[in-house]
Amino acid sequence: MDEAENDNMKAVSQMTVPVPVLSEKRITLPDRGAGKLAAPTQERKIHIEGLNFFYGRTQALKGISHDVAPNQVTAYIGPSGCGKSTLIRTLNRMNDVIPRTRVEGRVELDGQDIYAPGTDVVSLRRRVGMVFQKPNPFPRSIFDNVAYGLKINGMARSKSDLADRVEASLRAAALWDEVKDRMNDSAYSVSGGQQQRVCIARALAVEPEVLLMDEPTSALDPIATQKIEELIVELKEKYTIVIVTHNMQQAARVSDYTAFFWIGEMIEFSTTEKMFTKPDHKMTEDYITGRFG
Amino acid sequence: MHNLWFRKLMSSSITLVTSVSACVVIAVLILILGYIGAKGVSELSISFLINDPKPIGESGSGIANAIVGSFLLIGVASVIGMPVGILGGLYLAEFASSRFGTALRFLIDTLTGVPSIIVGVFVWTVMVKPMGHFSALSGGVSLAIIMMPIVARTTEEMLRLVPDSMREGALALGAPVWRMSLGVVLRAAAGGVATGAMLAIARIAGETAPLLFTSLNRNYMSTRIAEPIASLTNQIYYYAGAPYEEWHSMAWAATLVLVTMILGINVVVRVLTRSRHQQ
Amino acid sequence: MNQAVIKRKQRATGTPGLLSAIFGSLTPADWLFKQTTLLFALAIAGTLVLIVIEMATNSTLTFEKFGWSFITRSAWNPVLDDFGALPFIYGTAVSSLIGLLIAVPVSIGVAVFLVETAPRKLATPISFVVQLLAAIPSVVYGLWGIFVLAPLLRDHVYPAIQSKLGFLPLFRGNPNGLGLLTAGIILSIMVVPIITAVTTDVMRAVPSFQREAALALGATKWEATLIILQNARSGITGAVILGLGRAVGETMAVTMLIGNRPEISASLFDPSFTIASAIANEFTEATSEVYRHALVELGLILFVITFAINVIARLLVWTATRGQGKASHA
Repeated sequence: MDEAENDNMKAVSQMTVPVPVLSEKRITLPDRGAGKLAAPTQERKIHIEGLNFFYGRTQALKGISHDVAPNQVTAYIGPSGCGKSTLIRTLNRMNDVIPRTRVEGRVELDGQDIYAPGTDVVSLRRRVGMVFQKPNPFPRSIFDNVAYGLKINGMARSKSDLADRVEASLRAAALWDEVKDRMNDSAYSVSGGQQQRVCIARALAVEPEVLLMDEPTSALDPIATQKIEELIVELKEKYTIVIVTHNMQQAARVSDYTAFFWIGEMIEFSTTEKMFTKPDHKMTEDYITGRFG
Repeated sequence: MHNLWFRKLMSSSITLVTSVSACVVIAVLILILGYIGAKGVSELSISFLINDPKPIGESGSGIANAIVGSFLLIGVASVIGMPVGILGGLYLAEFASSRFGTALRFLIDTLTGVPSIIVGVFVWTVMVKPMGHFSALSGGVSLAIIMMPIVARTTEEMLRLVPDSMREGALALGAPVWRMSLGVVLRAAAGGVATGAMLAIARIAGETAPLLFTSLNRNYMSTRIAEPIASLTNQIYYYAGAPYEEWHSMAWAATLVLVTMILGINVVVRVLTRSRHQQ
Repeated sequence: MNQAVIKRKQRATGTPGLLSAIFGSLTPADWLFKQTTLLFALAIAGTLVLIVIEMATNSTLTFEKFGWSFITRSAWNPVLDDFGALPFIYGTAVSSLIGLLIAVPVSIGVAVFLVETAPRKLATPISFVVQLLAAIPSVVYGLWGIFVLAPLLRDHVYPAIQSKLGFLPLFRGNPNGLGLLTAGIILSIMVVPIITAVTTDVMRAVPSFQREAALALGATKWEATLIILQNARSGITGAVILGLGRAVGETMAVTMLIGNRPEISASLFDPSFTIASAIANEFTEATSEVYRHALVELGLILFVITFAINVIARLLVWTATRGQGKASHA
């Protein structure tokens, strides 16, 4: 383990990065407890290379290549239909449920291609969690919602362990205080913003490494949105986050890196600061200043 | 219990079990249709279709009377049931206010759920008993009662699918409401209404219970509506329950004719609906 | 919706004076049209009311004679004018229950297959084929039952059951093929299409995000399916109850296979009677007024049962296919 770590550190310091991807700030690797990191640690949690995605005959993504840095928030922005939702769904193979889709290229999680034949998709999805656009809690109590992932994956050793983990997840989602007296109420009995945080707690409960968020606040009111944005910034301490948003201000507030997409292609990828102050491409600039989209 | 391998095994097993249940259901259907085909075909012939039943022992028995009878009964039922059903459905779709409409719809839906034997009892008390005798007319009426609510609801559903813009367009051109409803809206929904009507016919073609005490049965050809009349379904029932082998074979053959007719209608409707949706 | 369109037109064009007073703002021709269609709609709805009234007035004799105990009495002696509905209620209930016990797991299995496993192109024709089972007339099921199913059960299946489970009172008696169990089996075949159809509809009405949420947590396919089934559970209950309604009202197939004996017996192999098959068998033979009234009262009981079942079922299915979108309303 130490040797690998050393090798990596060396590689990192010698690496010349062709794409302005890596932030100068952090090189320290996330500390997630023993046994979590099976593969050699990478600077790039997710590595996408030459990704083409097809719905039947239509090509929705063309030649996407970039890296998602660990413990950072990466935002995908772009007008409707540009493919950002499709892209985020390739990261946990959620597009597999749609018939007649095809993937070309590589998507690597911790260095391993998740589209390689024989990949255990069920485990992948536990490691790469997802929060959806509209809150979609199960028709069960709040407790049962958060406990669902724990139960099916057999992650709790006993009933009290289960309760503890549920509480921890709800705290991590900044919802515990609001619902601790209502754990047995139906998840539908709380507000939209709270439901979304239940979904976040549910996703966090299975201890993912990456959290994918597909427009998580687009169905919520401004106050709920703000709470979740604050939550996202907190969460990146422990998780790698990829967020799709059509709200550029949100991307600017919340993310460290931003990728701009336009009709299936990635036009630009850089640190958020750079993208919103001095983008390389005119199209990016036009979009950000609201000239279209 | 929670180990991944076990969970995946469970998932695959369930997939297997559900696939097997689908196969079982289809197998049963094939078994039924297969028997009908196999046993019916041997008795089937032109003479079977155009002859009336003959006494036991004589050859050349047929079910012409039953075929004609069924058609007559369906005809009577349609003459009554179709206009009432279609126009009633039109009222529900075009005019009914929401509360009154809900009440009407509730009653009409309930009528669709009434067991057909009860419809037969009803028609017996209001038609057969006062008239003093069984008749094709009362048989037709009982079938009409079964048909009307089905046609009314499918007509209503089809009419609701017609966009309001079409209605407004006709009215804006000065068409009176009745013209708009019949000539524009109903015509636009005609395909759906027609297939709904066909399915209703397929349904009443297979009804036996209401005919048991309305049109009864008749062993020779008749087209008089004031008298009892044969029908395919009743004929099958009587032949099946009789002690004669010969009649059993005739029952199978009559079944073949009946089922071909009904399934034929269903398949035609299916093809028509699909081609309409593909336009 | 359409009322609004018409009202707008009425306000726009308007009809003058006296006509307006008589006909509202419709032209005479339109008024006639509207009233005619209303008449027809009322005719259909009114038929139901008439049926209830006729049934009630034609069962007064036995109601007067036995009162409410008609429902609990276990007699059927036309000669002595002694009637009771219990054997028929028993037969109806047990045969329908057997039918459901077999049909429900099979139907849900088929529905899960159609929604989850079968590719969409295959699902539509298979669904159609399953629905063909519903198009086959009852009397044809009866015919097939008498000559194919009953002999098969009598010669192969029932003896096997009796040898293994014959110690249970359920399986005593003489398994000659016609009886409660056979009727129950044929009912199950007849009821599968409707339960399957409604279940597939309610399953498809569940928003796909529910399945995706489960999968995103690392659920297997079946675990995700369970989530969908949980979402659809009130609709599925409605489907089952609709199936029950169909089974209870079935006449011909049951008459031909149930053995037609008005007795309550513990064994499933024994012949029995359902309300519908009793009426079918005996109505034309009813020699006395009282006899006939007894049969009509039976019919009234059946009507009430099917009415209640259908109302409950429709409520459940309606809420399932409309209100199920809860998960998509944040």
